[in-house]
Amino acid sequence: MTWIAVFFLVTGLVFFTGGCVGILRLPDCYTRLHAAGKLDTLGGLMMVSGLALYSILPLTLESVLVGIKLMLIVVFIFLSSPTATHAMVDAGIRAGLEPWSKEKPEETS
Amino acid sequence: MQILFFACAVFLIVLMLLTLYRAAFGPTILDRMMGANAVGSKTVVLLVLVGLIYERLDMFLDIALAYALLNFLAVLTASRYFQKRRGLSEEP
Repeated sequence: MTWIAVFFLVTGLVFFTGGCVGILRLPDCYTRLHAAGKLDTLGGLMMVSGLALYSILPLTLESVLVGIKLMLIVVFIFLSSPTATHAMVDAGIRAGLEPWSKEKPEETS
Repeated sequence: MQILFFACAVFLIVLMLLTLYRAAFGPTILDRMMGANAVGSKTVVLLVLVGLIYERLDMFLDIALAYALLNFLAVLTASRYFQKRRGLSEEP
Protein backbone atom coordinates (compact mmCIF):
# COMPACT_ATOMS: atom_id res chain seq x y z
CA MET A 1 0.00 0.00 0.00
CA THR A 2 2.88 2.36 0.76
CA TRP A 3 4.39 1.89 -2.67
CA ILE A 4 1.06 2.64 -4.36
CA ALA A 5 0.91 5.84 -2.30
CA VAL A 6 4.46 6.78 -3.37
CA PHE A 7 3.53 6.12 -7.01
CA PHE A 8 0.47 8.37 -6.71
CA LEU A 9 2.53 11.14 -5.05
CA VAL A 10 5.24 11.12 -7.72
CA THR A 11 2.69 11.04 -10.55
CA GLY A 12 0.90 14.02 -9.02
CA LEU A 13 4.18 15.91 -8.80
CA VAL A 14 4.85 15.18 -12.48
CA PHE A 15 1.42 16.57 -13.40
CA PHE A 16 2.00 19.67 -11.26
CA THR A 17 5.35 20.24 -13.00
CA GLY A 18 3.69 20.00 -16.40
CA GLY A 19 1.05 22.48 -15.33
CA CYS A 20 3.69 24.91 -14.08
CA VAL A 21 5.65 24.69 -17.37
CA GLY A 22 2.41 25.26 -19.28
CA ILE A 23 1.52 28.28 -17.17
CA LEU A 24 4.95 29.83 -17.69
CA ARG A 25 5.49 29.14 -21.40
CA LEU A 26 2.22 29.08 -23.37
CA PRO A 27 1.49 32.18 -25.44
CA ASP A 28 -2.06 33.14 -24.53
CA CYS A 29 -4.38 33.48 -21.58
CA TYR A 30 -6.76 30.75 -22.78
CA THR A 31 -4.00 28.25 -23.51
CA ARG A 32 -2.49 28.92 -20.09
CA LEU A 33 -5.91 28.34 -18.54
CA HIS A 34 -6.15 25.06 -20.44
CA ALA A 35 -2.85 23.83 -18.98
CA ALA A 36 -3.57 25.11 -15.47
CA GLY A 37 -7.09 23.74 -15.25
CA LYS A 38 -6.46 20.20 -16.44
CA LEU A 39 -3.06 19.50 -14.94
CA ASP A 40 -3.67 21.12 -11.56
CA THR A 41 -6.93 19.21 -11.21
CA LEU A 42 -5.35 15.85 -11.98
CA GLY A 43 -2.23 16.54 -9.91
CA GLY A 44 -4.14 17.58 -6.83
CA LEU A 45 -6.51 14.63 -7.22
CA MET A 46 -3.69 12.08 -7.47
CA MET A 47 -1.61 13.55 -4.64
CA VAL A 48 -4.51 13.79 -2.17
CA SER A 49 -5.76 10.28 -3.01
CA GLY A 50 -2.23 8.91 -2.57
CA LEU A 51 -2.03 10.57 0.85
CA ALA A 52 -5.43 9.06 1.69
CA LEU A 53 -4.10 5.61 0.78
CA TYR A 54 -1.10 6.20 3.03
CA SER A 55 -3.03 7.59 5.99
CA ILE A 56 -5.55 4.72 6.34
CA LEU A 57 -2.68 2.26 6.74
CA PRO A 58 -3.18 1.24 10.43
CA LEU A 59 -6.85 0.40 10.02
CA THR A 60 -8.49 2.05 13.04
CA LEU A 61 -11.65 4.13 13.26
CA GLU A 62 -9.79 7.45 13.41
CA SER A 63 -7.64 6.77 10.37
CA VAL A 64 -10.67 5.59 8.38
CA LEU A 65 -12.45 8.84 9.25
CA VAL A 66 -9.38 10.82 8.16
CA GLY A 67 -9.34 8.86 4.89
CA ILE A 68 -13.02 9.58 4.28
CA LYS A 69 -12.37 13.29 4.83
CA LEU A 70 -9.44 13.19 2.41
CA MET A 71 -11.69 11.56 -0.19
CA LEU A 72 -14.17 14.41 0.40
CA ILE A 73 -11.36 16.84 -0.46
CA VAL A 74 -10.73 14.81 -3.64
CA VAL A 75 -14.41 15.01 -4.64
CA PHE A 76 -14.47 18.74 -3.91
CA ILE A 77 -11.34 19.41 -6.01
CA PHE A 78 -12.82 17.27 -8.80
CA LEU A 79 -15.99 19.37 -8.79
CA SER A 80 -14.65 22.85 -8.08
CA SER A 81 -11.49 23.19 -10.14
CA PRO A 82 -13.07 22.72 -13.61
CA THR A 83 -15.92 25.01 -12.54
CA ALA A 84 -13.44 27.73 -11.58
CA THR A 85 -11.60 27.33 -14.88
CA HIS A 86 -14.85 27.52 -16.81
CA ALA A 87 -15.86 30.67 -14.89
CA MET A 88 -12.54 32.33 -15.78
CA VAL A 89 -12.84 31.45 -19.50
CA ASP A 90 -16.44 32.67 -19.48
CA ALA A 91 -15.36 35.99 -17.97
CA GLY A 92 -12.67 36.35 -20.63
CA ILE A 93 -15.07 35.60 -23.52
CA ARG A 94 -17.77 37.95 -22.22
CA ALA A 95 -15.30 40.76 -21.66
CA GLY A 96 -14.13 40.47 -25.26
CA LEU A 97 -10.66 39.02 -24.87
CA GLU A 98 -9.49 37.74 -28.24
CA PRO A 99 -7.97 34.24 -28.46
CA TRP A 100 -4.41 33.91 -29.69
CA SER A 101 -3.93 32.98 -33.35
CA LYS A 102 -0.93 32.49 -35.57
CA GLU A 103 -1.46 35.62 -37.67
CA LYS A 104 0.59 38.65 -36.90
CA PRO A 105 -1.18 40.93 -34.41
CA GLU A 106 -0.03 43.99 -36.40
CA GLU A 107 -2.42 43.18 -39.27
CA THR A 108 -5.50 43.45 -37.11
CA SER A 109 -4.55 46.62 -35.32
CA MET B 1 8.49 8.32 4.58
CA GLN B 2 8.81 11.67 6.36
CA ILE B 3 11.75 12.51 4.08
CA LEU B 4 9.64 11.83 0.98
CA PHE B 5 6.85 14.04 2.32
CA PHE B 6 9.37 16.79 3.06
CA ALA B 7 10.87 16.53 -0.44
CA CYS B 8 7.38 16.69 -2.00
CA ALA B 9 6.58 19.78 0.09
CA VAL B 10 9.80 21.55 -0.95
CA PHE B 11 9.18 20.71 -4.61
CA LEU B 12 5.63 22.04 -4.36
CA ILE B 13 6.92 25.27 -2.82
CA VAL B 14 9.34 25.71 -5.74
CA LEU B 15 6.46 25.16 -8.20
CA MET B 16 4.35 27.69 -6.29
CA LEU B 17 7.13 30.27 -6.53
CA LEU B 18 7.34 29.68 -10.30
CA THR B 19 3.57 30.08 -10.61
CA LEU B 20 3.71 33.24 -8.51
CA TYR B 21 5.70 34.85 -11.33
CA ARG B 22 2.64 34.55 -13.57
CA ALA B 23 0.40 35.87 -10.82
CA ALA B 24 2.64 38.88 -10.23
CA PHE B 25 3.71 39.85 -13.77
CA GLY B 26 0.83 38.47 -15.84
CA PRO B 27 -0.16 40.58 -18.83
CA THR B 28 -3.90 40.53 -18.11
CA ILE B 29 -6.11 40.32 -15.04
CA LEU B 30 -7.22 36.83 -16.08
CA ASP B 31 -3.61 35.63 -15.90
CA ARG B 32 -3.30 36.95 -12.37
CA MET B 33 -6.52 35.22 -11.33
CA MET B 34 -5.33 31.97 -12.90
CA GLY B 35 -1.98 32.20 -11.11
CA ALA B 36 -3.69 32.80 -7.77
CA ASN B 37 -5.99 29.82 -8.41
CA ALA B 38 -3.06 27.54 -9.28
CA VAL B 39 -1.16 28.61 -6.15
CA GLY B 40 -4.28 27.93 -4.07
CA SER B 41 -4.83 24.46 -5.51
CA LYS B 42 -1.20 23.60 -4.72
CA THR B 43 -1.63 25.01 -1.20
CA VAL B 44 -4.41 22.49 -0.45
CA VAL B 45 -2.03 19.61 -1.17
CA LEU B 46 0.74 21.36 0.78
CA LEU B 47 -1.48 21.71 3.87
CA VAL B 48 -2.24 17.97 3.84
CA LEU B 49 1.50 17.26 3.49
CA VAL B 50 2.31 19.57 6.43
CA GLY B 51 -0.32 17.76 8.49
CA LEU B 52 1.34 14.44 7.70
CA ILE B 53 4.81 15.81 8.56
CA TYR B 54 3.68 17.11 11.95
CA GLU B 55 1.38 14.05 12.48
CA ARG B 56 -1.65 16.26 13.23
CA LEU B 57 -3.59 15.32 10.10
CA ASP B 58 -7.05 15.61 11.66
CA MET B 59 -6.48 19.29 12.42
CA PHE B 60 -4.86 20.26 9.12
CA LEU B 61 -7.54 18.50 7.07
CA ASP B 62 -10.20 20.98 8.13
CA ILE B 63 -7.89 23.87 7.23
CA ALA B 64 -7.26 22.33 3.80
CA LEU B 65 -10.98 21.83 3.14
CA ALA B 66 -11.79 25.41 4.18
CA TYR B 67 -8.93 26.69 2.01
CA ALA B 68 -10.23 24.80 -1.03
CA LEU B 69 -13.71 26.25 -0.48
CA LEU B 70 -12.32 29.78 -0.07
CA ASN B 71 -10.19 29.48 -3.21
CA PHE B 72 -13.17 28.33 -5.28
CA LEU B 73 -15.44 31.10 -3.99
CA ALA B 74 -12.78 33.78 -4.56
CA VAL B 75 -12.27 32.74 -8.18
CA LEU B 76 -16.02 32.57 -8.88
CA THR B 77 -16.65 35.99 -7.34
CA ALA B 78 -13.74 37.65 -9.12
CA SER B 79 -14.73 36.24 -12.51
CA ARG B 80 -18.38 37.32 -12.03
CA TYR B 81 -17.11 40.80 -11.15
CA PHE B 82 -14.66 41.15 -14.02
CA GLN B 83 -16.92 39.89 -16.79
CA LYS B 84 -18.97 43.08 -16.58
CA ARG B 85 -15.94 45.24 -17.34
CA ARG B 86 -14.58 45.87 -20.78
CA GLY B 87 -10.98 46.52 -19.77
CA LEU B 88 -10.13 42.96 -18.87
CA SER B 89 -7.67 42.45 -21.69
CA GLU B 90 -5.66 45.63 -21.21
CA GLU B 91 -2.90 46.23 -18.77
CA PRO B 92 -4.36 47.96 -15.71
